Amino acid sequence: MLVGSGPGGLQLSYSLSRLGIDHAVLSDDAAPGGMFRRWPVFQRMLSWTKPFTGVPRTSRAYERYDWNSLIPDEDAHRAIMPPLMDGTSYFPSRPEMQKGLETFAERTGIRIRYGCHWESTRQDKQEFILGTSDGDYRAPVVVFAVGVAHPYRPPIPGLDQVPHYGDFRPVESYKDHRVFIVGKQNSGFEIATGLLPWARQLVLASPGATKLSVNTRTLVGVRARYVQPYEDAALAGGVIILDTTIEEVRQEGAGFIVRTRNATDGRELPMPADDVIAATGFVSPLRDLPALGVATFGQSHLPAQTPFWESATVPGLFFAGTLNQGSPGLKKHGIPSNSGAVQGYRYNARVLARHLAETRFDVRIPRPQLQPAETVRFLLNELSHGPELWHQRSYLARVVHVDGDRGISDEGILPLSYFIDASGPDAVAVALESNGQGDPYPAVYLRKNGVVSERLLAPHPLLDFTGTQYQRELGGILDPVLSASPSPA
Amino acid sequence: MAVRDDVVNTIAAFSLFADLNGPQLEEVAHLFDETFFGEGERILRQGVSGSGFYIILEGTAAIRVNGVDRSSLKAGDYFGEISCLLGEVPIADIVAATPLRCLVLPGGQLEGFLTAHPKVMYRLLQGEARKLKNTTKWLS
Repeated sequence: MLVGSGPGGLQLSYSLSRLGIDHAVLSDDAAPGGMFRRWPVFQRMLSWTKPFTGVPRTSRAYERYDWNSLIPDEDAHRAIMPPLMDGTSYFPSRPEMQKGLETFAERTGIRIRYGCHWESTRQDKQEFILGTSDGDYRAPVVVFAVGVAHPYRPPIPGLDQVPHYGDFRPVESYKDHRVFIVGKQNSGFEIATGLLPWARQLVLASPGATKLSVNTRTLVGVRARYVQPYEDAALAGGVIILDTTIEEVRQEGAGFIVRTRNATDGRELPMPADDVIAATGFVSPLRDLPALGVATFGQSHLPAQTPFWESATVPGLFFAGTLNQGSPGLKKHGIPSNSGAVQGYRYNARVLARHLAETRFDVRIPRPQLQPAETVRFLLNELSHGPELWHQRSYLARVVHVDGDRGISDEGILPLSYFIDASGPDAVAVALESNGQGDPYPAVYLRKNGVVSERLLAPHPLLDFTGTQYQRELGGILDPVLSASPSPA
Repeated sequence: MAVRDDVVNTIAAFSLFADLNGPQLEEVAHLFDETFFGEGERILRQGVSGSGFYIILEGTAAIRVNGVDRSSLKAGDYFGEISCLLGEVPIADIVAATPLRCLVLPGGQLEGFLTAHPKVMYRLLQGEARKLKNTTKWLS
């Protein structure tokens, strides 16, 4: 059973179908698309699709530049987004994104029971029972891809009385208003950007300092698209950005007084406003899953997950889509995976489909064999062009097993933390990594006699790791395991 | 991953943050991320770079060196500071002995955090001094 028809649910259903795994998909919605049927409120995505890259759109390598198309096995269904975009921006509009998801579902024949409301969850011996508006469904494995899109407000007195991000009114209704936005993440800055030509005064406030993605060199922080209010504040144009706690939102007359307190000096600063908007994030709509034993954590109440996206506390329950943020992986240097975005979790879904097929449905997926002489070039090519490694840095890895009897096999893409922590034959995993300061660089994890060691290679200014220096260095690292593999027949 | 609202009340009872007032505790809760590990999961890995500074909110963890458990950690305890302060890979595994909820700060941010909060730095120094004293006692 699979619940949800957003991009995560669509990708997983597609990937399961191609592996021959029978499953049913239930969705509360009337059509595919999930949250992109409504949001972002200003109707344009934060994730880009570059139409012209010099790389064929039918190639795997093109996926690195196209963050929005789902990923099929068949060339005919690849890169669905570029032809649907009108060329005015490389960020698709929300309707273009919705159309892309609908087109993928239609062309690949994904079957979904729409208008079916998941109401309850029970466990009976080896099965889960989903109570729905269409009756009970039973299955040994259930995957929830229900997003993280339920509005959340922190328990600040009075904040429950103000509109949330999702309740944003037509922009004209804020004309000449003083608008106080609680929250300094992308959703707050998206609203502030849209209100720049309308609001008399804009205040953005939260306890933590604003981070910018161009500084963190990751998706952590406010994206460049929404930096204009930040520049306005920096140049004293009228936008105010406060690092402050918010103690109370009080209605006064037709407007509000927001009581704020500076964390450093404890100074209180009351701010009058005509409108207050809670851009304070979202939580997972997990219904009764916590009562079933599913552990959650963080403000978003994400379900805690294993490296293969299974509940850490209720085996048999899995998660897909943006809920995959509950499986953080190594999170090296504090940099999260891209599992909160389509370009990241679409790969998780494909890995999860393979994992479910092999561990729950006795499907054995063939492993291509590699010759010792080609293994180094194969891995360097994956590091330079493999979209899974580019989009899921320090999170997904290309894994090759080296067996003294059976030779060298390409095990495909696996979660990096699983590779490092699991026992197994001599093997190598390669991943791309970032430390938030410079260009990404290759990381090599060698497992020899059950012990994993890490080696980091230097970055390359053109992000090309196929050259002779890399061949020599990786060859040297792999020599202890490759030299023990059988000679080519 | 942002931090749950109940975290401020939890960390208010930890000795590391005993000198911080309410707004400062809230600032800490926003600066750190919250994370969760299932029983048996590794948090720090011996020899693997890029780790952070962790504070345990709930649960217990084992300090494991070359596969042997040496000591245990509980709510209010912290780990990872040595590799963050020295800029080196961890010399021990930290493994969740029970389901474990932690706050985490990336290693590269620890210096800025401690210099901005000297009282926390002093408390951390006291903790390191205690560890050194226990180790010296054990060696003698």
